[in-house]
Amino acid sequence: MRFDLPDTPRDSEALRAELRAFLAEAGRDWSAATRARSWMGFDRGFSRAVGARGWIGMTWPRRYGGQERGSLERIVVLEEMLAAGAPVGAHWIGDRQSGPLILRLGTEEQRLRILPGIARGELAFCIGLSEPDAGSDLAALRTKAERSEDGWVLNGRKIWTTFAHKSDYMIALVRTSPAPEGGSRHAGLSQFLVDLTLPGITIRPIRDLAGEDSFNEVTFDEVRLRPDDLLGQEGAGWAQATSELGFERSGPDRYLSSFPALTAGLDALTAAPQPGAEVAIGRMVARLATLRGMSLSVGGMLERGESPQVEAALVKDAGNLFEQALPEQLRNLLDPGDSSPQLREMLGVLAQLAPTFSLRGGTREILRGIIARDLGLR
Amino acid sequence: MNELRAILIEQVDRLIGDAGGVALLRQVETGEFPAGLWAGLEAQGLALSLVPEEAGGVGLTWGDAAAIWQVLGRHGAPAPVAETMLGAALLASAGIEVPEGPLGLACGRAAVPFGRHVSRLVVLEGGTVALHEAAEAAPAANIGREPRDLVTQGPRIARGLLPNAFGPRAGLLGRALIRAALIAGALERVLALTVDWANTRRQFGRAIGKFQAVQQQLAAMAGEVAAVSVAVSQAARAADAHGLAGAAFEIGCAKVVAGEAATMGAATAHQVFAAIGITEEHELHHFTRRLWSWREEGGTERFWAAEIGRGALARGGANLWPDLTARDPQASEDRSTEGARSGSAA
Repeated sequence: MRFDLPDTPRDSEALRAELRAFLAEAGRDWSAATRARSWMGFDRGFSRAVGARGWIGMTWPRRYGGQERGSLERIVVLEEMLAAGAPVGAHWIGDRQSGPLILRLGTEEQRLRILPGIARGELAFCIGLSEPDAGSDLAALRTKAERSEDGWVLNGRKIWTTFAHKSDYMIALVRTSPAPEGGSRHAGLSQFLVDLTLPGITIRPIRDLAGEDSFNEVTFDEVRLRPDDLLGQEGAGWAQATSELGFERSGPDRYLSSFPALTAGLDALTAAPQPGAEVAIGRMVARLATLRGMSLSVGGMLERGESPQVEAALVKDAGNLFEQALPEQLRNLLDPGDSSPQLREMLGVLAQLAPTFSLRGGTREILRGIIARDLGLR
Repeated sequence: MNELRAILIEQVDRLIGDAGGVALLRQVETGEFPAGLWAGLEAQGLALSLVPEEAGGVGLTWGDAAAIWQVLGRHGAPAPVAETMLGAALLASAGIEVPEGPLGLACGRAAVPFGRHVSRLVVLEGGTVALHEAAEAAPAANIGREPRDLVTQGPRIARGLLPNAFGPRAGLLGRALIRAALIAGALERVLALTVDWANTRRQFGRAIGKFQAVQQQLAAMAGEVAAVSVAVSQAARAADAHGLAGAAFEIGCAKVVAGEAATMGAATAHQVFAAIGITEEHELHHFTRRLWSWREEGGTERFWAAEIGRGALARGGANLWPDLTARDPQASEDRSTEGARSGSAA
């Protein structure tokens, strides 16, 4: 494991200034709850506005709607969005994961059909991984696509799929041939680009503990897919899906989820100073600055074409600990009576949302298993 | 410069390893100075390595120095190498000729590391640095049983003003950066020892490292070890870009994270090692006692967190994020230069 520090991209201060001006305007009416939900907020209008500025898919080639900018510049955009608590959920998955996957593995037809829409902030994606009997043990998944005379027939069920009910496409990992007897269960899996408007797809939102519809059960009943809905190589789905984990697990969305509460906390503490607050705040800021360095370091490795999966797992684990502890530490500093209405609202949202931080994108236990393997313990 | 860094690191690593490893730490803890090791390190030019080339030194960056200190920490820092490197750099910056031999850093009321073994003191007061003869040393030690002596200042040999880049708190900032880097290295060693033990010790018919309960603890510890390393790199890079005085934020962050990680890492290691780890005979405690000691030196987590927190509170919520990103090093013109990574070209 190693974490070299990357250069800051040139002109990043100018880009930050542009973003801050945009976000100040766009975010004038965001409630404290919206800011606290951060990338769990889904706002197509906002995503279209971000797309219009060229800030989605910005590293992609221009012919696919991209801007051909560096991946560290893209991180500047992500950081500013999250620091402001912007509701980026409608384009987050497409920009972070689905788009890059299509760019890397998709056919030219798929790229031209899909990528410009993501970049415009018009096409929303969800990730079809978990199933009722396959969560952390993802390779146990049973949804399958079988060849038909004119393509594939998809049957099965995905669950806990965030924003499936609001998305246009799912990239689903499914079984296309049985796992070989005594061989790896990772064999025989493939990824499909599934248009969620197709007949035979039922999407049932699952209300969460906060009373929100954010995740879903998605049922596929004889869904007919075209041959060119296969993404990448048949049978290579496991490697394809896990190759994106460096991007999925190391970004600023893995440590900044509750950051807006820290800024609200600083303001509340300025209005109502509390003894000992500076030490607690200083510890949080020191951790924040360090996590940012770790995340940027993995960003630099990704830009150089490396595959830092262990480092990414480590950033996510450490980042999740931070973003989960942050609201609790603010609670320790300010009684509700001394707090501000904004902070109280944020802490209420975060108390209900924070348990998911160390579940989504790989549980803490799975990540630590990956790290333990790298240490030589497994 | 990165090549030179790699060579020096390799040399430090080899010299300390050859000089006796843990046996050397036991020797230091009885009050004996590792003279042979010191002579070898001095012969490699390490003492003057942070002194600019035009002043007769090697001209390492803070990034290079921190990397060397991290290796030193991996071996438990059996000699005042880091203190001498810093003291020499401070003396040279004020135009004072650097004497041979290990230097004692005298900074306020803090005890002098290896004070009984030095003949010269680098005395830091505000923005000045002075070279004194070391008079009497009242022996004392931290819980790492490292010499931490109260040394009486003898006659002054020279005195000068520190350049602005070092600022009035150069001693504190330098000591904090040193301790954070040493902690980073010692934690790497403790993690390696603990993983090795977990793979060796068998209970219930298998290595204890095969139990997920143990794996999860060590994975969490690896996260802390990595965090300190990154925090130290960021601090050194900031010092290269802005001078020690301009890097107080990053150095403070590094010392906070290092102190917290030292606490967590030592606790985890002892939990995994169980009884054997707390015996005098075992090597683990030479590192964990140093980790506990080094948290206290160069400013505690509480001290630095208070400074960082006061700054953040004074600036308010709206400035927190912009202040953080404004500290990013600016990209060099040539993205391929190695210097940009260590910060010297930033």
